[in-house]
Amino acid sequence: MVKQDIPMRKLGHPLRDRLVQTAIYLVVLCVSGVFLWILLDLIIGGSALLSWRFLTDVPRDAGRAGGIGSILVSTLLILSITLLVALPVGWSTAILLAEFVPAMSPFGRWVRYSLQVLAGVPSIVFGLFGHAFFSIYLGLGFSILSGGLTLACMLLPILVSTAETGLRAIPDSYRLSAAALGMSRAATLLHLLLPLAAPAWAAGLLLGIGRAAAETAALLFTSGYVDRMPESLMDSGRVLALHIYDLSMNVPGGDASAYASALVLILLLLAINIVAMRLTHFWQHKKLHIR
Amino acid sequence: MRGWKQPGWRYAVTSTIAVLVLSGLCTAVMATSHKLVLTGSSTVAPLAAELGRRFESMHPGVRVDVQTGGSSRGINDARKGIADIGMVSRAIKPNEQDLQAFTIALDGVGIIVHASNVVASLTRQQIADIYTGKITNWRDAGGKDARITVVNKAEGRSTLELFLAYFRLKNSDIKPHIIIGDNQQGIKTVAGNPFAIGYVSIGASEYDAQHGVPIKLLPMNEVAASVANVRNGSYPLARPLNLVTRTAPTGLVKQFIDFARTEQVHDLVEAQYFVPASVH
Amino acid sequence: MIWWKHNISFRPAFTDRWLCWLLRAGAITAALIMVLILLFLLLEYWPAFQKISPVRFFTDDAWYPLEDQYNLLPMVTGTLYASSGALLLAIPLGIASALFMAFYAPHFIAVVYRRLIELLAGIPSVVFGFWGLTTLLPIINQWEPPGASLLAAILILTLMILPTLALTSYVALTAVPKEYMQAATVLGLSRWGIIYGVVLPAARKGIVAGGLLAAGRAVGETMAVLMVAGNVVQHADSLLAPIRTLTANIALEMAYAMGDHRAVLFVSGLLLLFLVMALTSLAGLLGKEHHG
Repeated sequence: MVKQDIPMRKLGHPLRDRLVQTAIYLVVLCVSGVFLWILLDLIIGGSALLSWRFLTDVPRDAGRAGGIGSILVSTLLILSITLLVALPVGWSTAILLAEFVPAMSPFGRWVRYSLQVLAGVPSIVFGLFGHAFFSIYLGLGFSILSGGLTLACMLLPILVSTAETGLRAIPDSYRLSAAALGMSRAATLLHLLLPLAAPAWAAGLLLGIGRAAAETAALLFTSGYVDRMPESLMDSGRVLALHIYDLSMNVPGGDASAYASALVLILLLLAINIVAMRLTHFWQHKKLHIR
Repeated sequence: MRGWKQPGWRYAVTSTIAVLVLSGLCTAVMATSHKLVLTGSSTVAPLAAELGRRFESMHPGVRVDVQTGGSSRGINDARKGIADIGMVSRAIKPNEQDLQAFTIALDGVGIIVHASNVVASLTRQQIADIYTGKITNWRDAGGKDARITVVNKAEGRSTLELFLAYFRLKNSDIKPHIIIGDNQQGIKTVAGNPFAIGYVSIGASEYDAQHGVPIKLLPMNEVAASVANVRNGSYPLARPLNLVTRTAPTGLVKQFIDFARTEQVHDLVEAQYFVPASVH
Repeated sequence: MIWWKHNISFRPAFTDRWLCWLLRAGAITAALIMVLILLFLLLEYWPAFQKISPVRFFTDDAWYPLEDQYNLLPMVTGTLYASSGALLLAIPLGIASALFMAFYAPHFIAVVYRRLIELLAGIPSVVFGFWGLTTLLPIINQWEPPGASLLAAILILTLMILPTLALTSYVALTAVPKEYMQAATVLGLSRWGIIYGVVLPAARKGIVAGGLLAAGRAVGETMAVLMVAGNVVQHADSLLAPIRTLTANIALEMAYAMGDHRAVLFVSGLLLLFLVMALTSLAGLLGKEHHG
């Protein structure tokens, strides 16, 4: 992450500058205030239940008692399938759009347009589509596999758009230099462009993971509602967000467990974020020999 | 510089993919032997999941998968054979007579208001007037001077159908201010709004009222809205929770339905704040 | 677009041709998914097409699907009001947050703030809805009952799309070549002058892409809106009137719908898709105009 400093200059319009700066600080203060408020609410509501037993036990009594062990396993399995499918497809699409196809060619426009539309398809429609296509037409049933595939479809637009933006931001001089050195395009991509674009890709990946982990509607009809420990990818498995939804909307007295599950979900995301950031950092520096 | 080409990396990635795919394929072939799939009503699903858990412990090797998604999905899936058993949280309609229905529990629908509301009871006419917009202020129903917030259920919900039928209303007559989906959303809405009125499952609201949520149940036709009165049959607004099958149940399906109607599961039914069907 | 087609002196390397086809396969898969979804939605609507002509979705008196009335128009306006209101609020907030992270904050605080925003991107919509229902609605309710309203929907949606906007704008801002800023500094521009005159225009494409993503999310958001918007089918006449969006309509009724009612709910999905298509085309046109 290269920090770009603009020197503080008192030339020009100091008053306007001061005003803008105050406005920006106010916005940040408000945004963090509201978000800390939400986080605090969750912590107050859920921290009492949080324990190692809660993380490893299976849910009992419709989720009011017991823990979320099996639900965590299902969530992680679905997330890994989603990423395993969406990352290759999404990122190769992004590379193609940014590096190989002229921006205004019919093919590029068609792909980009369909992705933009895909970004606006509500998750519940993905759920219905996944149910009809993966679960019934392809015969995968209610399973972690069909849930993961449905989510993969949903993540594509986010992954492609962020990755493409990252690649397009790299100045052409890099590509020219690589071409002048006689590097193949594959090599240029792998050793130069991808490491440079890695932070943008990681940001997209995190947005995607966040959205996938928080998804409810798309999974209700595909990966299902069974809260047992999954034994294979063809088993139905309830994800954390769906568990939270069920507890807060459908189970009387499920609020405390819902808060605690939401807290676990957020901590899980925090952990994934940190690991992803470290990996990007590590990989970028190893490739580019920065510092 | 060429770290990515080290064999370790690639082996790790390829073998992970291979293992995932293989395990998926293998279990796809193996896993179908003793599986019971239930789909349908989100009201019944938590109960069915608990029933399934106990059934599994009594019949080793059997798996009971419960999927939710609404009563109409229960009907559809049972008809198409996607599910072995459908769950339906209402009585069977005339055009659904092709299905076999088995009542496993009863649930009542009660009128709820905020706990701070001074109104202690409403007549049937008053409730109908509030919902059709003829009474818009609590002052006219014996309460404080404040506008009434009418909470209605979304189209197609079995609770709505029951409510409309009881008060002989059409949904287009109702002038709602908030429309809700599930029970808990209704309870949370009323708990957060001192001048709201809504109708939800009695079991759920009785549980929440006892656990400090600021709502109270109003009597219906002078009969107190309580699980006890649903149990003894005196409460007028009750609905059955049904399991439906396409044909007369046999084998494992029959075992499960019979099991769900025996006395040994009454504790599970009561733990979800429903009334066991066979008692009444 | 550098070195497209063949290199003058070499045939393209074997790996490159191979790579290009691989990438193309990926892109085609991605684009096909949209076609599949469209096809599937049409297929589900088809059985009811004979009985319910598409015109009726706009000319019927109201939305009472069980009484054979299918007007979807109030929900279209509901969706448009809620998502455009949220965008109007979230775009300035998001860009301000991104500017803060990129240019204003000290490094440490910028990192902390970014972590916070990333976390927010992952809070499930159910939790936002839950929070809105138990905290926000009672506050609005004291001001003007019933509380559940267009305003509540706009506020919750703003919170939900803010992370997307802030993170994508931040990426776009940091991608602006340093040379631009150095040149502007040499010209004696003030800090805001540099940002407004140089950085934001250079980052425009990325910010617009982020805005589109966010707009898509706002239009498509279901659970949170369902919990706070009130879901009454009507054209909103004020910020405090309850509304229902197309997505909430699907989520509320799909689970309990049968026959024609179910088919018409798929039309809600189709309409949503067309709405997004229209918005996308519009954004494309706007982008082009700015270019020329």
